[in-house]
Amino acid sequence: MNFRRYQREYLFFASVGVAVVLIVLNFGDAYALRMLAEAACYAILALGLTIQWGYAGLFNAGGMGFVAIGGYITMLIAFPVNHDFWGSEGAAALGEFLLEMLVVVAVVIGITQIHRIGIRGKLKVILILIALVIAFFVFNNQLVPVARLIERESGFIGGLGLPVMLGWIAGGLAAAFVAYWIGKACLGLRADYLAIATLGIAEIIKAILKNADWLTRGTLTVSPLPWPVPTPNDIGFVAARAAYLALTAILVAVLFVLLQRAYRAPWGRMMRAIRDDEVAAAAMGKDINLRRLQMFVLGSGLIGFGGAVLISFSRIFDPSGFTPLKHTFLVWVMVLVGGAANNLGAIFGAVAVYIIWLMGEPIMLFLFENVRLYGSLWFDWQAPDDLMARALQARVFFIGLTITLALRFVPNGLIPERIGRIN
Amino acid sequence: MNELIFFINKVLISGSIIGSIYALGAIGVTLVFGILRFANFSHADLMTSGAYLSFVFAALLPGLGPVIGLPTGFVVLPLSILFLAAFAVTIDVMFYRPLRKRNVRPVMLLVASLGVTLMLHGVIRLFAGTSPRTFFAEQNKDVFRIDVPFETTTRDLIISEPQVLLIITTIICIVSLHQFLTRTRLGKAMRAMSDNSELALVSGINTDKVVQATWVIAGTLAAIAGTLLALDVVLKPDLSFNLLLPIFAAAIVGGIGRPYGAIAGGLLVGFSETLAVFNWSVLLRPFAEYFPEWVEIPSRLNFVPTEYKIIVPFVILIAVLIWRPTGIFRGQVI
Repeated sequence: MNFRRYQREYLFFASVGVAVVLIVLNFGDAYALRMLAEAACYAILALGLTIQWGYAGLFNAGGMGFVAIGGYITMLIAFPVNHDFWGSEGAAALGEFLLEMLVVVAVVIGITQIHRIGIRGKLKVILILIALVIAFFVFNNQLVPVARLIERESGFIGGLGLPVMLGWIAGGLAAAFVAYWIGKACLGLRADYLAIATLGIAEIIKAILKNADWLTRGTLTVSPLPWPVPTPNDIGFVAARAAYLALTAILVAVLFVLLQRAYRAPWGRMMRAIRDDEVAAAAMGKDINLRRLQMFVLGSGLIGFGGAVLISFSRIFDPSGFTPLKHTFLVWVMVLVGGAANNLGAIFGAVAVYIIWLMGEPIMLFLFENVRLYGSLWFDWQAPDDLMARALQARVFFIGLTITLALRFVPNGLIPERIGRIN
Repeated sequence: MNELIFFINKVLISGSIIGSIYALGAIGVTLVFGILRFANFSHADLMTSGAYLSFVFAALLPGLGPVIGLPTGFVVLPLSILFLAAFAVTIDVMFYRPLRKRNVRPVMLLVASLGVTLMLHGVIRLFAGTSPRTFFAEQNKDVFRIDVPFETTTRDLIISEPQVLLIITTIICIVSLHQFLTRTRLGKAMRAMSDNSELALVSGINTDKVVQATWVIAGTLAAIAGTLLALDVVLKPDLSFNLLLPIFAAAIVGGIGRPYGAIAGGLLVGFSETLAVFNWSVLLRPFAEYFPEWVEIPSRLNFVPTEYKIIVPFVILIAVLIWRPTGIFRGQVI
């Protein structure tokens, strides 16, 4: 670890350190701790994306969906039990509904095995399609009364009251499960198709979480989400956030070490080989689609896990709060700026970009306050009332600009991948 | 009969309207994909930009519409087409061409298009705010009510002026695109490049010019689709972000790189959406007496609740990717 070789890394991390010190001095401990804890959560997201994009060259445009799954599953597992619901008729109705669905699923699976009794080819496909449409129709129209009943009697089904950490892990697993099916459908095809499909699934997940009030309370939001460490109500903001930050920092460190080992291992080498030249890798007998699926599932699982940690930290589960901008594209900027295929770069990118993103808010407000002032002084310009809201919305412009500029001028990121040598 | 009229209003008319929008968007996406080999994520925001351009022009020239007797937003369409086509070419020069010159993988262009879409997003929100706007603040939206000559009907067929314009414009666009692609040198060059870009290059086709023409067509179609959609519904910044998935689904269903396929795909996705959210119990109710007594027709009976409409294009997309990744019309790129 000589200084000269890692000059770049030291330099960039030192500048992040200086920025953090300045923020602590200007905005106080509590704010800086919140920022760092969130940045650490984003670092997990960035690590997840960097193994998809950097190791395997897969384009995942649905980070938001996996974050939302992680967040929801954590809420489901860790939020205190809603006794109203379990004591009401809604619970029984839901159980009945689930049993019915089990039957429906069994019938559909039975029909997919129809070739065993001699029905094959087009007829089979048509039968399966008809079965799926009917199954969906039944599902949809059976669910409505149950959902209404639950919403009327007890609001929503509440959580299970289990430990938060368990929720995080389950959130990651759930995201990985969804990713598996998406990957299975799209990974044999061009990278573009995966991007489109992930974009779609993210919007669908958001739509479901937003509208299924019986599961999530929809726009009413659920709070406060439990923490695995003492909450601010118990020990105050600074101590609680410091504890949370310590926990997330440990998680990032552990993940970093594991991923770094995986990167250097034969498995990581194989992944890079597939990314750089899939034809050559296939000629060497590597199962490209299977390996890509592995990568995609692993990365999405990490994104789900990171999302769970992030949503827990915010203490509120708000389905409308999931936006492609904050949970997909911001992470993309982190990875592209930091350096794809370099875990250190991803972590640096996450912290640096998150700081810039947060600081962008006061900067934009300051800038546009002046625009308003001088506009009215010099040109007699009547600014629209929502100028400040627009200014904040316009930050997305800079996200986009950063992506295009990074692609053009630092295609490998600020801390590029180091091509290792065998000695 | 009333129920049938309701069905026509809700499914046939709405479906062909939204289907035309999807078709126009999908043609743009599919042409860019065919020539430049990447899924252009910024197409939907290009459409929104076109709609806002028309809105600005309509605000600058408010008297134009009533003179001609059409909505002002529609009359200024040529202006916004001109600007948006130039804008699309400029975006290409600024953001995509440098990457192409470096011979990056096509997926890098996709990432760049994501950056472009976010920039357009930001610019639109900064200048136009997030609140919805309408083209018909000063002008009335004409609605045609067509009386159906049956004794038993009380409902009318309803179609609005922008919808009529949309369908006519879509047909004109498709016919002229067909003429362009099959009759002109440039159109033939585009088809050649879409089929095999290396071969096109060595046979002396000016690929830069073809790329430019592609962006001009994409910009033109985006301006038309965006403006007409905004005329029909309402103008808001996230208007077309929700369109991205259906448009891609339409382009892929039709076979990527196949403009005629995109039209079929657009209509297919549009009709599937309207059929899926349609309340079928309306059609069943007249036959209630023929059902056995224990069958009760629920008040709502639809495949997908309206809030989950986005599931429809997604399911179509996934189904096509699994069973026929080249699309119905056998696109060349997978």
